[in-house]
Amino acid sequence: MSVEAGIRGYTQVNEDINKEFLSKNKVSVTGVNGQRYLGCALGKGKTLEIEGTAGNDLAFCLSGGRIVLHGHGQDAVGNTMGGGEIVIHGHAGDALGYGMRNGRIFVRDNVCCRGGIHMKEFRDMKPVLVIGSCAGSFLGEYMAGGTIVLLGLNLRHGEKLFGTHCASGMHGGKMFVRGSFPKENLSPNIKITNLTQQDRKELEEYVRKYCRYFEADYDEIMKKPFRKLVPETSRPYANLYTAD
Amino acid sequence: MSVNYIPRRFTVIRDKERCINCGCCVRQCSNDCHLFADDGKTVISDSNSCVACHRCVDLCPTGALRIEKYVCDYRENANWTPQYQQQICRQAETGGVLLAGMGTPRDYPVYWDKILLNASQVTNPSIDPLREPMEIRTILGRKPEKLTVEKKGKSTVDMPPQVVLETPVMFSAMSFGSISLNAQKSLAMAAKELGTLFNVGEGGLHPDLKPFTDRAIVQVASGRFGVYSDYLNNSKFVEIKIGQGAKPGIGGHLPGEKVSVEVSNARMIPEGSDAISPAPHHDIYSIEDLRQLIWAIKQATGNKKPVSVKIAAVHNAAAIVSGCARAGADIVAIDGFRGGTGAAPVRIRDNVGIPIELALASADQRLRDEGIRSRISLVAAGSFRCSADIVKAIALGADACYCASAPLIAMGCHMCGTCNTGKCNWGIATQRPELTKRLNPDIMYKRVVNLITAWNHEIKEIMGGMGINSIDSLRGNRLMLRGIGLSEKELEILGIRHAGE
Repeated sequence: MSVEAGIRGYTQVNEDINKEFLSKNKVSVTGVNGQRYLGCALGKGKTLEIEGTAGNDLAFCLSGGRIVLHGHGQDAVGNTMGGGEIVIHGHAGDALGYGMRNGRIFVRDNVCCRGGIHMKEFRDMKPVLVIGSCAGSFLGEYMAGGTIVLLGLNLRHGEKLFGTHCASGMHGGKMFVRGSFPKENLSPNIKITNLTQQDRKELEEYVRKYCRYFEADYDEIMKKPFRKLVPETSRPYANLYTAD
Repeated sequence: MSVNYIPRRFTVIRDKERCINCGCCVRQCSNDCHLFADDGKTVISDSNSCVACHRCVDLCPTGALRIEKYVCDYRENANWTPQYQQQICRQAETGGVLLAGMGTPRDYPVYWDKILLNASQVTNPSIDPLREPMEIRTILGRKPEKLTVEKKGKSTVDMPPQVVLETPVMFSAMSFGSISLNAQKSLAMAAKELGTLFNVGEGGLHPDLKPFTDRAIVQVASGRFGVYSDYLNNSKFVEIKIGQGAKPGIGGHLPGEKVSVEVSNARMIPEGSDAISPAPHHDIYSIEDLRQLIWAIKQATGNKKPVSVKIAAVHNAAAIVSGCARAGADIVAIDGFRGGTGAAPVRIRDNVGIPIELALASADQRLRDEGIRSRISLVAAGSFRCSADIVKAIALGADACYCASAPLIAMGCHMCGTCNTGKCNWGIATQRPELTKRLNPDIMYKRVVNLITAWNHEIKEIMGGMGINSIDSLRGNRLMLRGIGLSEKELEILGIRHAGE
């Protein structure tokens, strides 16, 4: 049985969802109309299927659970997530994956501003963000680790792969971008390089998954060349200060 | 180049008759002010890098050392003071933003020193706290709008989560990274023994502090370092750090060289990587967005943890506090501009923000005027030097106070203000193992416990003198305060009368 969200407040909807999770590992919620905080801190082994438009802070502090969203996401999806997987069959709003430390987010279409801001990695925790179409401004701002993949599928005429100030303050991690991209929108501290064999292997895995989730054509995607964006230095502000 | 010559600040005076050349000072100074002469036996001093931390003075077995201010006069100029000239030279040399540690050293008014406390004489008796019960237990959290009871008198109100403290003094946020793990441990142990809380700051929770999580306030700052679901759930309450009194409006920046293996474990970032907390939380651009994060945290913790919002005392603090209360915060901490820091740009530290006394008084008044004072607990921060400051803050409307510099002084800090260099000789604001091992938590926690125990006694003594036996009766009781040498406007903002009135 699924939980019907309708026009009820998030508190009630989340209570119902949590009740369902007491006896099962897979719960679906239908008719979602922007209810916030769905799947907050969802633990390992649990799956939440959502139909409709999920509200802000979807999967805040996700802790190993899996979220499948059949619809669009709003702001701060996967905020401060510490593990698990989010699959969005649609697009996502601002600050996607803010401060995510582990786990993976797959977005079929585009994302708004500040996607992957503050992504960071730690030991074997390596967050991955795969975006099917394009991204807004400040993609990967302050990024300190992890991987962003930007596929640029179905771009409309004149639409750019990413907005302005891409990778501003980035000091760790890497981005794989497909096809042509607006160099003028890149922050000055970013180096454009080719993918190594290891990178290639990693990328193939992510793209394969993307194709499986969203029924895209793998060979078609891999036909276009990819470039890798990395920060010039891991200490962009090392010489900013002087002792008084 | 000689144009940049900046006279040294201090001179180390060595009494040759007392000095036994034992080399203790040589081993103690991380700034390399003491060294053996060419003969390998005689100890000499090079004062150039002395910061007046007094480590050598305090540990010299024969009392042979003394620090003196070094005076090298410039032509007198009240405007172009030597300090401004020297700072210009430093910036001309490096092109860098001036950085320093601790709170502002500038001579701004300290309103605590211009407020006097009342005592009972004849008309109502004072109380002797040594022999009569005196309540300083403090309970933080959102209070229900009204009480409803069933027939037998049992409350039927759904009580929001509350935090019980045995003293109104808590230890403010100091992250592992800005201070050493031993310093954090000392505070954690002291908080446990005192029945109060310590705040882990924005640097995550080190595994060694796990036994103290029931005494821990955990912070969520813009960098989200070390924040994960267990971190939020294993705490007494969660604090969203919006700002800090010493550096309102700007973020934090822990340089890679301070991110040791241990710091990296707590922050959950790679070793040696810069830990950057930008000025804003990028999911909070408004009070509505703040509400969103507050409730996200409440949802992630099953509504079991009070959520605090810490803001810097700025011009509009009262309205912002009101907004925080309406956004669903259970506790709001206001940090005044004299508050300390591990590192802050000097220009920000010395010029931005307002004193806690004024921010606290206006915030408390605003909440009362709007009829929402009971929705939140107010915590005041930003330089409490003694128990009288605390009593005055509570009478101005604070529910509790955050202290950081005072417990650090109890652990050896001498306010040399060079925390940012990471060379703290007292093992507090450093991550160098040879320095941090100087601070023994088993000894130092006891000194912090002593300090707060003494303050608790003094608070009770002052309350008793006023004829008040419960701290709840002191809270917001501004009739117990009188101003001295304050203008009409200052008195109006503080909501107190002048002495003699």
